Amino acid sequence: MQLDELNELATKVQQAQQACDHVVRVCMAASCQSSGAAAVLESLRSKTGDCQHVCVHGAGCMGLCAAGPLVEVSQRGRAETVLYQHVTADDADDLLAHLGGPVIQRLHCPTDIPFFARQQKIVLENSGIIDPEQIDHYIAAEGYQALVTALTEMSPAEVLREVDASGLRGRGGGGYPAALKWATVAKMPGEQKFVICNADEGDPGAFMDRAVLESDPHRVIEGMALAAYAVGASHGFVYVRAEYPLAIERLTTAIRQATKYGLLGSNICDTRFSFDIEIRLGAGAFVCGEETALMASIEGGRGQPRPRPPYPAQSGLWGYPTLINNVETLANIPPILRRGGAWFATIGTEKSKGTKVFALAGRICNTGLIEVPMGITLRDIVFTIGGGVPDAARFKAVQTGGPSGGCLPEQFLDLPVDYDTLRQVGSIMGSGGMIVMDQTSSMVDVARYFMEFCMDESCGKCIPCRAGTHQMHELLAKIARGQGTCRDLALLEELCEVVSAMSLCGLGQTAPNPVLSTLRHFREEYLVKLQDRDTAAAPVDAPETAS
Amino acid sequence: MALQLAKPAPPDDDKRWKMIEVTMRRNGYASHALIETLHRVQGLFGYLDEPAMHFVADSLGLPLSKVYGVSTFYHLFSLKPQGRHTCVICTGTACYIKGAGELIEGIRSHYGIELGQTTPDLELSAIGARCIGACGLAPAAVVDGEVLGKLTVERLIAKIEEVKRHAT
Amino acid sequence: MMKQATASQIRVVTLKINDRDVTAREDETILQVARENGIRIPSLCYVEGLSVWGACRLCMVEFAGDHRLVAACSTRAAEGMEVLTHTDRLRRYRRMIVELLFAERNHVCAVCVSNGRCELQNLATECGVDHVRVPYRTAVYHVDASHDWFRVDHNRCVLCTRCVRVCDEIEGAHTWDLMGRGMNCQVITDLHKPWGESKSCTGCGKCVQLCPTGALVRHGTSAGEMERDADFLPYLSRMRHAE
Repeated sequence: MQLDELNELATKVQQAQQACDHVVRVCMAASCQSSGAAAVLESLRSKTGDCQHVCVHGAGCMGLCAAGPLVEVSQRGRAETVLYQHVTADDADDLLAHLGGPVIQRLHCPTDIPFFARQQKIVLENSGIIDPEQIDHYIAAEGYQALVTALTEMSPAEVLREVDASGLRGRGGGGYPAALKWATVAKMPGEQKFVICNADEGDPGAFMDRAVLESDPHRVIEGMALAAYAVGASHGFVYVRAEYPLAIERLTTAIRQATKYGLLGSNICDTRFSFDIEIRLGAGAFVCGEETALMASIEGGRGQPRPRPPYPAQSGLWGYPTLINNVETLANIPPILRRGGAWFATIGTEKSKGTKVFALAGRICNTGLIEVPMGITLRDIVFTIGGGVPDAARFKAVQTGGPSGGCLPEQFLDLPVDYDTLRQVGSIMGSGGMIVMDQTSSMVDVARYFMEFCMDESCGKCIPCRAGTHQMHELLAKIARGQGTCRDLALLEELCEVVSAMSLCGLGQTAPNPVLSTLRHFREEYLVKLQDRDTAAAPVDAPETAS
Repeated sequence: MALQLAKPAPPDDDKRWKMIEVTMRRNGYASHALIETLHRVQGLFGYLDEPAMHFVADSLGLPLSKVYGVSTFYHLFSLKPQGRHTCVICTGTACYIKGAGELIEGIRSHYGIELGQTTPDLELSAIGARCIGACGLAPAAVVDGEVLGKLTVERLIAKIEEVKRHAT
Repeated sequence: MMKQATASQIRVVTLKINDRDVTAREDETILQVARENGIRIPSLCYVEGLSVWGACRLCMVEFAGDHRLVAACSTRAAEGMEVLTHTDRLRRYRRMIVELLFAERNHVCAVCVSNGRCELQNLATECGVDHVRVPYRTAVYHVDASHDWFRVDHNRCVLCTRCVRVCDEIEGAHTWDLMGRGMNCQVITDLHKPWGESKSCTGCGKCVQLCPTGALVRHGTSAGEMERDADFLPYLSRMRHAE
C-alpha cells in the first residue's frame, strides 16, 4: 500500500461515516461487556437493520467503567456528542427514538464533568470512538499514516531521531528513555533482531494495556512496525496475558487485517522492509513481565529471569538483539511520528514527557481509565477527575505502582505525577495502576497483601526473593494479627534492605517497596499493633542481639 | 543431521490429540512451542495428565523434566482435573480493597473449598486470579467464562447455583 | 560453528579488587579474576565449567562510590573497576542470605553425611552465622532412595541447580529440572517420578559429585562420610565446548 492509496481509503471511509445522520457507539471493552454491553449492541443493531441513516458499531473503552454499559451518540454536523450510562438492551427503542431529539435524562451521563474535561488523550485518542475490529476505522483516523510515511520517506535513523526528540520514556514502570533502548538495538550488528511488545500486564489493579489492546489494537501494531523499522528487526512478538481473551481476539483480528492490507508481511509498501507479528500467550506468571523472564517464556521455558547484563538489547530472544517495549510505550509511537517528536515534547514536564494512562480503582467515585498529562497532581487525579472518595469516607492513601510501588498519604497529594517525584517519596510511577484507599484499609494489611502477592509470584530462582518474601510475609501476618514484637519489626526492616539490594530481578528488588513506604508514612499503624509497644522503646533499628 | 525419531503415538484414539498435533505442526514441532501446546492440551482436556505430558515431550523432543518444570511453573496449567464449573475470584488490589475476601469466605463456607481446590464431586473449582482487569467493577469474579462485577456473596452463589442447574 | 577469538581481539584490562591491582581478560568475570588472584568471594551456585545461574547472590560485590551491587559471577571485568568484596554491608547481607538458606529447609548438620565437608556449613562459618534469626519453616520434605546407587534428600537441597546444569550441559541427559515456583520449587527427575524409575538417568553420578550439601549422596555413607570429587568437570566442559 502506498501513501496515496492509504489517503484515498481514509477519505472513502470518512465519507461513508459522514453519510450517516447518527452514529451510535457502544463501548465493547471488557468492563462494559461484563455489564451487558453485547446485548445492548445486538439490540440496537437488530432495530436499525440496514437503515442508512443510523450507523451502529462497537467501540473501545470510553473510560468511565463504573457507569457501564456506555453508549455514545453523535449527529452529523454537530461536534458535541451525548453519552448514556447504565444502558440496557431494553433502552434501545428509547435511544433510537430520541436520536436528534432531546436527551434522555434518566440515562444521561454528563461529559462536561472534570472526569472528561481534564483529560488529554494521545494513547487513547481513538479509544471509544473507532471500532477496534475494523482496520478501516483506524485508517480513517489517520492510522498507519506514520508507518507508510516513515517507510517511504524516512530513514530508520530519522525515525529514531523523532523518538529521541519526543523524550518518550518507557511506560512499563522503569521510565528508561525509549530512544536510548532503540538506539542500542539499532547499533547492534547482525541481520536477525526482534521486537517484543510486553502486554503481560500483571500489576493487580492495572488495566491500561488491556484497554489499549481492546480499544485500538492497530495502534500497537503500527508502533511495533515503526520500532522494527527503526532498529532493523523483521519479526515481532506480542506477549499477552492469557487472562485477557478479548484483547487477544482483537489483536489477532487486527494482525490478520493489517497483513491483508499489506501493512504487515513481506516488502511492506514495496520497500525492502518486511515485518510480521506473532502472539504468544502468558500462562499466569507475574514475573514474566520482567524482560528476561518474558523472553524465557517466549522460548518455551520456565519464566525465570537471568542476570543482566547482557541486556536484551544486546543479547535477547535466542541470543539475538531484542527490543522490548510495553504496550503504552508503543502506542505513543504513531502519534509521535505523525505529529513530530517536538510536539510530543511540549506535553508533560521537563523530564517526563507526554501523557500517562492510569487505571483508577478502589475507594473512588469514578473508577475507570484516564489519560492525563505528566505533571498533573495526585490531588487533581483523585479528587477532581476521580471525584474523591465515596460514602463520605476520608481519603487515606493512594497506591501507585502495584506490588513494586508504595502508598502515599494525603500530604503528598499536591506533588506532580512524574517518574522522578514519585520515586523520591518512596513510590513509583509503575505501569499506571492507581488504587485509592480510605480509612477502612489497614496499611499493615495492605503491605501484607502485596507481600503475599510477591511471595506467590516469586519464581523461586534467587534465594533473597524466594525465602525473603516468605519470611517478610510471615512477619507482616504476625504483626497484623497483633502478635508481633519490636524485634519482629526490626527483622522485617533488615529483610527489606537485604531483599531489595540482593535480589536478581525487579520483582524481588522492589518487593519490599509497599512495606517500606507504609513504614515510612504510616509507621504508627505498625507500632500500635506490636505486643510490646509499651515496654520497648519506639523505633528499633539495631536487630543484633546475639542469643 | 537431525535424528529421525519415530513419530510418537497419541496416548489413545481420542480425537483431541489430532488437534494438539495441529498446534505442534503449525509451530514446526519447535521446542519453543511447548507453552502453546500445553495451553492447547489444557484447553481441550481441562488439565495436563502424565500421558499428555509424555506425548508432548516426545513430540517436541523435550526432556520430561523440562515439560514437568514448565507445567508446574505457570498457574494457568493444572495437573489435576478441574470441576465441571469454574469460579474465578479476582484477588487484585481493587477487588481486595472492595471485599474479595468476603467472596472467598462465602465460597469456603458454602462449598467447603479454598481457592485452587475442587469440590469432591468435581462440580465446582474455585480459582484465584491475580487481577482480571475489571477493577472498575470490583469485586469481580468469572463464573464459567462470564465476568460478574460489583458482587456480593449472595449474588455469586446464586450465579454458581444457576450455572450448575442449567448444566443438568 | 564456534569461532575462536584471536588473541588480538580480546583486550586485557586492569582493575582493582579490594585495592589490589589485578589484570584480567575482558571476557572474564569478576569472580574468575578474583579466584585467579586468590581473593575469595563467597558463592554457592557458581561452578567453573557450567553455565552461570546467578541465583545464590552470595557473590554480590560493590563498586567504590556506587551504591548498587552486582553479582561477581555474571559481571565482566572492565578497565578501571574498583571492586570491593567484603564491605560491612556485604557481610551483613551475606549473613542474612545464609540464614535464609538454613531456615528454608531442614539442615541438621550433626546427622548429615556431608557434615564437615558441606559448602553451606562452610559458608555459615565464613559469614559468621552463629545463630539464625529468622524462624525455621519446618516443612518436611521427602527423601527419595529409589535409585540403585544414589539418594536425594530434599530437606538439604539449596536449589543451586548444579545437578540440573551438569546433567543437561555435560552429561546431556537432562534428567533433572526444577518444578514449581517460589517456595514450592524442588528439583525433580523426569515427570517428578522416583529417581530409580528414571529412564533418562544414565547413573553417571555427576550430579552427586557436584552437590554442595548433603542433598545428593551415595548410598551407604553415614554422617560426615560423603566425599566428592568434581575434578572431571573442567576437562569435560572443555571437551564439550571445543569445536
